[in-house]
Amino acid sequence: MAADRGTERFRALFEPRGVLVAGASTHPGKFGFVSLHNILACGYRGKVFATNRDGAEVLGVRTVADVADLPDGEIDLVFVCTPAAANPDLLRACAKKGITAAFIASAGYGEAGEEGLAAQDELVALADELGVLLAGPNGQGVVSPPVGLCAQIVAPFPPAGHIGIASQSGNFVSSFENYAQLTGVGVSRAVSAGNAAAVGVPDYLEYFADDPETSVALAYVESVGDGRAFAERLRAVAERIPVVVVKGGATVGGQRAAASHTGALASDDRVFDGAMRQAGVSRAATVEQGFEVAASFASQPLPRGNRVVVVTSVGGWGVVAADAIAGTDLALAALAPELMEAVDALLPPRWSRNNPIDMAGGETRDTVPEILRLAAEHPDVDAVLFLGMGIQSNQAELMRAGPFWPDHGLERIVAFHERQDARYAEAAAEIGEATGKPVLVATELAVTSPDNPGPSGVRATGRLCYPSANRAIVALDHLWRRSRWLARRGLT
Amino acid sequence: MPTLSEAASKELLGAFGVPFPPEHRVATAEAAIGAADALGYPVVVKLGGDGIAHKTERGLVRLGLGSPQQVRDAAGDLLAAAAPEDGEVHLLVAPMLRATRELIAGLHDDPQFGMTVMLGVGGILAEAVADVSFRLVPIDRTDAEEMIDDLALQALLGPLRGEPAVDRAALTGVLLGLSEAGAARADVASADLNPLLVVDGRPVAVDALVEVR
Repeated sequence: MAADRGTERFRALFEPRGVLVAGASTHPGKFGFVSLHNILACGYRGKVFATNRDGAEVLGVRTVADVADLPDGEIDLVFVCTPAAANPDLLRACAKKGITAAFIASAGYGEAGEEGLAAQDELVALADELGVLLAGPNGQGVVSPPVGLCAQIVAPFPPAGHIGIASQSGNFVSSFENYAQLTGVGVSRAVSAGNAAAVGVPDYLEYFADDPETSVALAYVESVGDGRAFAERLRAVAERIPVVVVKGGATVGGQRAAASHTGALASDDRVFDGAMRQAGVSRAATVEQGFEVAASFASQPLPRGNRVVVVTSVGGWGVVAADAIAGTDLALAALAPELMEAVDALLPPRWSRNNPIDMAGGETRDTVPEILRLAAEHPDVDAVLFLGMGIQSNQAELMRAGPFWPDHGLERIVAFHERQDARYAEAAAEIGEATGKPVLVATELAVTSPDNPGPSGVRATGRLCYPSANRAIVALDHLWRRSRWLARRGLT
Repeated sequence: MPTLSEAASKELLGAFGVPFPPEHRVATAEAAIGAADALGYPVVVKLGGDGIAHKTERGLVRLGLGSPQQVRDAAGDLLAAAAPEDGEVHLLVAPMLRATRELIAGLHDDPQFGMTVMLGVGGILAEAVADVSFRLVPIDRTDAEEMIDDLALQALLGPLRGEPAVDRAALTGVLLGLSEAGAARADVASADLNPLLVVDGRPVAVDALVEVR
């Protein structure tokens, strides 16, 4: 592979001092317009330059027709929207200006038949010769929120955070970015690998392991090429940071005709799955699960064991959470006598007296934070899941919108409930910090009513408010399995 | 791709610590009776040879033979059933092992991932049940233990119907042995331990088939 994996060139891609849009267009439907628009609109902190065949002004940027007219040494990254045929000369001119990274959005390469493939191979060889990192071609772009860079031809621009995304499908970069925007758990870098002519998903993941802004890698892959090399490289990354992989095309290569029974049982997906488990990679079943697992790694500590306490304000949620735990490698913690006694002192006698701790509506002003703290602080508990946040604020919303607002004492009770839910969110984060244990909060209000003070309070702490207990438990199970993988191999 | 005979397959894998029952390889019915007497009844008698890959399908396995006469009859039938394309044949005489639980294990050279080792729930429904776990060769002890944990039918591995739980350390040893064979022998294209019986909790491969290249 001709890819240069030097950290400096990846830094030019993700943290460029200046960006050049090659092929900027005055037509708002063209890549060369949209990419420049997004770079300018999202608060990029470096200098922005553009080329245009006619030297026309685009979005207030004075373009040049010739790269040679640009300043030397001020630009690290070129975002290429020009036709494939123009790109070799462009790349040479850019290298002369000190540009060391190119994101090629242009199509007409490996995806476009034999001629395109030949052009792609030539471009790779040229970039290699020039010492330019070649991302793409045929990709949607690169995003780096810590420096305000949104060099992509799609939306959205996600909030800054610590998830590094690399994808073989540009649209799934957008999907992950949309989830980041919805949940507030942000992104450090995101890149669409496009045809991955020179730089592929494993290259990006290796950079993420070195990148101080990135604490977890999230990848969407369809083809892995040399599977053994792929697994070995991902393992080296997974030994350093969590790696979450969503695999498309899992069912494509079904079972093979084979002389051996072992061969007959060796479907592509089973072998891939085993290779990922062995490599310590967290394989997510779906795109939303991929994001949620990555967001959990980014915002929660790893549990040191699998014993979970579920705290719920309503019985049914606890029952369903217990069912979900039974389907994972997690376990419901047995409540130690002293923990039982302490909880008992805080609740009316009708509480469940078991895990899940069903408070049965018996909570008063400080009960929830106190019980979360008691559970998380107990040495026999490795993680806590809180269900039931936001119910009262949901009622408050109805009261605010109703005809009796703000009379009849509504204003006062609404303020109390909204304050309470916000407090619960803060308490969950603060207790998690203090104990070094995962404290997760789940409610469907995260999706159905994201402005509810419960979920919005969780967002404000930088954590994920899980849309259901089941999804929180799936994510926590991934955290636990990574923790166990590391511990069994002496990597903690 | 050519296959090794059962006896040669077992010899190859046995060198890497894969456990097989004590077996006698003999040429005649009389020698088979001698072997059965030494092992104790009941026994199994099979027809072996380099050209014989799927014995069960061809009716070349006789189970639960309880007397010298039964061994004589079975041996005579099997030798008579040999086809010219089977090449040189022999009889394998082995103790009749009884097991409620059957596993399957093996090696598979994957076109993308290279040599892999597999553990699964065995028996005639193995492919339909498809409760299997793969890893890339070579594996270490932790990988092998995690393969056992991967199986969905964990209840099958615990105490069952008066039999003790599966000896996980011994099963780990089987997987490590397979992995070593896969790593050390470039000529091995695939291997099946099918069935891998669980006898008094311990895994024993009563059949083996190695494909070579």
